[in-house]
Amino acid sequence: MSATTEADAPVLVPVPVPVPAVETAPAAELEFQRFTRLHRVLHVVMIVSFLSLALTGLTLKFSYTGWAGVVSRFFGGFQSAGYVHRVGAVLMFGLFSAHLVDLVRLKRREKLSILKLLFGPDSMMFNKKDLQDFLGNLKWFLGKGPRPSYGRWTYWEKFDYFAVFWGIAVIGLTGLMLWFSEFFTLFLPGWFLNVATIIHSDEALLAVGFIFTVHFYNTHLRPEKFPMDIVVFTGRMPLEEFKSDKPAEYAALVKAGTLERYLVPPQPEIVVRAIRIFGWTALTVGFSIVVWIIYAMVFAYR
Amino acid sequence: MRGLLFAALVCLAGSSLIALAQENADCLGCHSDPTATGTRDGKTFSVHVSEKGFGKSVHAEVPCVGCHADLAGTDFPHAEDPAPVDCASCHGDEGAVEAKSLHGKAAARGDPLAPRCKTCHGTHEILTPKNPQSTVAPLNVPYLCGRCHQEGTAVTQQRTIHQSSILENYSESIHGEGLLRKGLIVAPNCASCHTPHSILPHTDPASSIARANIAETCTKCHAMIEMVHRKVIQGAMWEREAHVLPACVDCHQPHKIRKVYYTQGMADADCLRCHARADLRSSKDGRSLAVHREALAGSRHSKVACSQCHAGVSPSLVRPCETVKAVECAACHAEVGQQYVRSMHGKLQAANDPNAPTCAECHGTHQVKGRLDPTSPTFPANVPDLCARCHREGERAAVRYTGTQHQIIERYTESIHGKGLLQSGLTVTATCTSCHTAHGVLPKSDPGSSVNAKNLPDTCGRCHHGIEEEFRKSIHSASVSKAGKPLPICSDCHTAHTIQRTDASGFRLGVMTTCGKCHADVAESYFETYHGKVAKLGYTKTAKCYDCHGAHNILPVADPRSSLSRHNVVDTCRKCHAGANRRFAGYLTHATHHDPKKYPFLYWTFWGMTSLLVGTFVVGGIHTLLWLPRALQLRREHRRGKP
Repeated sequence: MSATTEADAPVLVPVPVPVPAVETAPAAELEFQRFTRLHRVLHVVMIVSFLSLALTGLTLKFSYTGWAGVVSRFFGGFQSAGYVHRVGAVLMFGLFSAHLVDLVRLKRREKLSILKLLFGPDSMMFNKKDLQDFLGNLKWFLGKGPRPSYGRWTYWEKFDYFAVFWGIAVIGLTGLMLWFSEFFTLFLPGWFLNVATIIHSDEALLAVGFIFTVHFYNTHLRPEKFPMDIVVFTGRMPLEEFKSDKPAEYAALVKAGTLERYLVPPQPEIVVRAIRIFGWTALTVGFSIVVWIIYAMVFAYR
Repeated sequence: MRGLLFAALVCLAGSSLIALAQENADCLGCHSDPTATGTRDGKTFSVHVSEKGFGKSVHAEVPCVGCHADLAGTDFPHAEDPAPVDCASCHGDEGAVEAKSLHGKAAARGDPLAPRCKTCHGTHEILTPKNPQSTVAPLNVPYLCGRCHQEGTAVTQQRTIHQSSILENYSESIHGEGLLRKGLIVAPNCASCHTPHSILPHTDPASSIARANIAETCTKCHAMIEMVHRKVIQGAMWEREAHVLPACVDCHQPHKIRKVYYTQGMADADCLRCHARADLRSSKDGRSLAVHREALAGSRHSKVACSQCHAGVSPSLVRPCETVKAVECAACHAEVGQQYVRSMHGKLQAANDPNAPTCAECHGTHQVKGRLDPTSPTFPANVPDLCARCHREGERAAVRYTGTQHQIIERYTESIHGKGLLQSGLTVTATCTSCHTAHGVLPKSDPGSSVNAKNLPDTCGRCHHGIEEEFRKSIHSASVSKAGKPLPICSDCHTAHTIQRTDASGFRLGVMTTCGKCHADVAESYFETYHGKVAKLGYTKTAKCYDCHGAHNILPVADPRSSLSRHNVVDTCRKCHAGANRRFAGYLTHATHHDPKKYPFLYWTFWGMTSLLVGTFVVGGIHTLLWLPRALQLRREHRRGKP
């Protein structure tokens, strides 16, 4: 991954590496660069890995439904589905590691202290502003106040981020226990595998359910973004949208006079179209899984 | 013995006869006195000789001393113990023969039970056999021999005689009937076959009843018997090749001879005189009565006479078959007949059910063939079709059947047995009759049925012996499990007619629900674990009940021989998980998170995770729902702002 290109922007810090504007493009068409290439690649890999893990894993969890057999056969049987599941897991571990490495390199490049990395204004860590935004949001929902002025990361985006962080740790660890059960039982009692199965399976259900409903809604389906927000794939968003979505960050950039450094030309039409096709596919698979889960848990449960 | 008469002569007091010219009158001077007695060995007995009786006897003209030769010329009163009379001095031929016979030899070795001449013929009053009064007259012979040879006598009890109830059997035989009931003195008596004096055991080649001689003995009377037996033997071969051909007694048991099997005077040629005609039809129902000699040639009964099956013919009638009776196969096939009578088929037939199968229904009639003949309907490969005639769905047996087994022929054809028999051509494969028996077919509810729950392991074990042995030692066997719970038999797991290869995926996947019929709780919890879930997806390459518990050798986990005992469980896991260890074997293969008492860890883990899940969705859901109205509002404003 080209982590060292100029397109790379730090995740947790307020000062992304500036991107020189393309001179020939008219200023009005320039878009705001929100995600680096690594982020975009990691998200795509995550989607592919997550969907494969979810599909193959749920065949076992809901093996009592007819659909499970269909999906399992689609993957070539339970053995090859298991193989796909483990490949997906390796991908997930890989992108998790890539992200951690990226954080370490960011810290080194920006010469940040651990504290600054974790608690800086653009850090993924929850801070006071998130609490204020949350309360402000509740008031706004109830018509008792204005829409809060969101910063670079809103509290629900941070929640999603940590949900994945926690999910990878919990599901990953229990998954390894089940994968290498003969090794783990050298020092753990056998019933740990039963416990690990429950945790792995239910945590995965939580992850799948949450991503395909709450995350989908927060990011894509809420009416102003409907049908989808492709910023995580293109890496950039129209300036107007940026202004209205992240007013606090916009204001900070204007104040610092560094906004121009993040303005880039939009992606070519063909790329956007490809991205939309990919997006639609991922959304469709995700929603199908939600329908399957609801069917399995509500209608087919023994 | 009561025959020792001429032991001693005692002169009465006052007798003064001179013993020079011994006329019979001289002897009778003393012996005609009914009170005359003699003594020997301290016993006193009568020495009376009836003058009248002696006068009627065949020896009336013979002088006393002709027989009592040692007394010739002696003075009266003669000595007390004259020598025994030697009949052979006159009857030399009979004497010589008798000396070699069983009776003679017994007498020679001093057997007190041995008969002597006078035992049968008497003494002073011997009559010719033609005289009905004679003890050896034909009508009296059975009684005479019976004195020693009827049941309960010293001879039958103390001497080895291989026939029993001789007199009873004889009196009921056709010979005895002729002689004793009908008074036909030409009917054979004991002596006719055994000879009067040359009585020998049948093992003696010189005996009249030796195997080699029996035909000759019988044909003394049954001179034309070969006419009747010409199907079996040809003419003189009987005598010539007695060692290869059956002897009379092989079919007609000694002393029991009846005309049950063979009707005298009827040979196949007599029957075929009419029945060889192709256009011969029954006057009653018009069915063809033609019999083709060629068709009979390949039959098992090709050497059996018509009249042996079609019994009851009367040779004296113009149409001997007028009196013919229904064919009774059990007359020869007695054991099979008994089985049939007890079977469902036989019971239906006894009840005159029109659907009841008879012998001919399965075996055919004149062309009856053995079950080793591939063209026979009872050849193993043809048995399913044979039974299907009635037991296929919609046929007469199937329509009245009320049990649970349906489509049995189709299912059998698809089963491992059916495929083995019909596709692989293995004639040793189980057919209908292998399990249900051929002649003793009974519903499984009948305790005598071969497929009754009690008997089924035996039935299957006739071929699957090793499996039966394992099963008998397992907890599923009634000899091991005494808990009184219902136990499974072969068919509970393997089914009756749909028996599959146990390595077929259908069987491997089905076995879980099969075990689950009784072990519902553990089957359910099995499906909550990885193994069960994979199995549920339709894949067989995962542990199923019998992979861990064993199949026929299943034992409780507490039994040290069980595949899941502490000693064996790790090895059992290693069958699939090569690196399995003691702790690995601690994996709970039947764990459920619904049981807080048995599996508290799992229970609380599950509810912890569920709470986390529900909590997250509730918060996320409320947040999203609250958001919705504002988001819609934003969208409307957005559209208005950007027309």
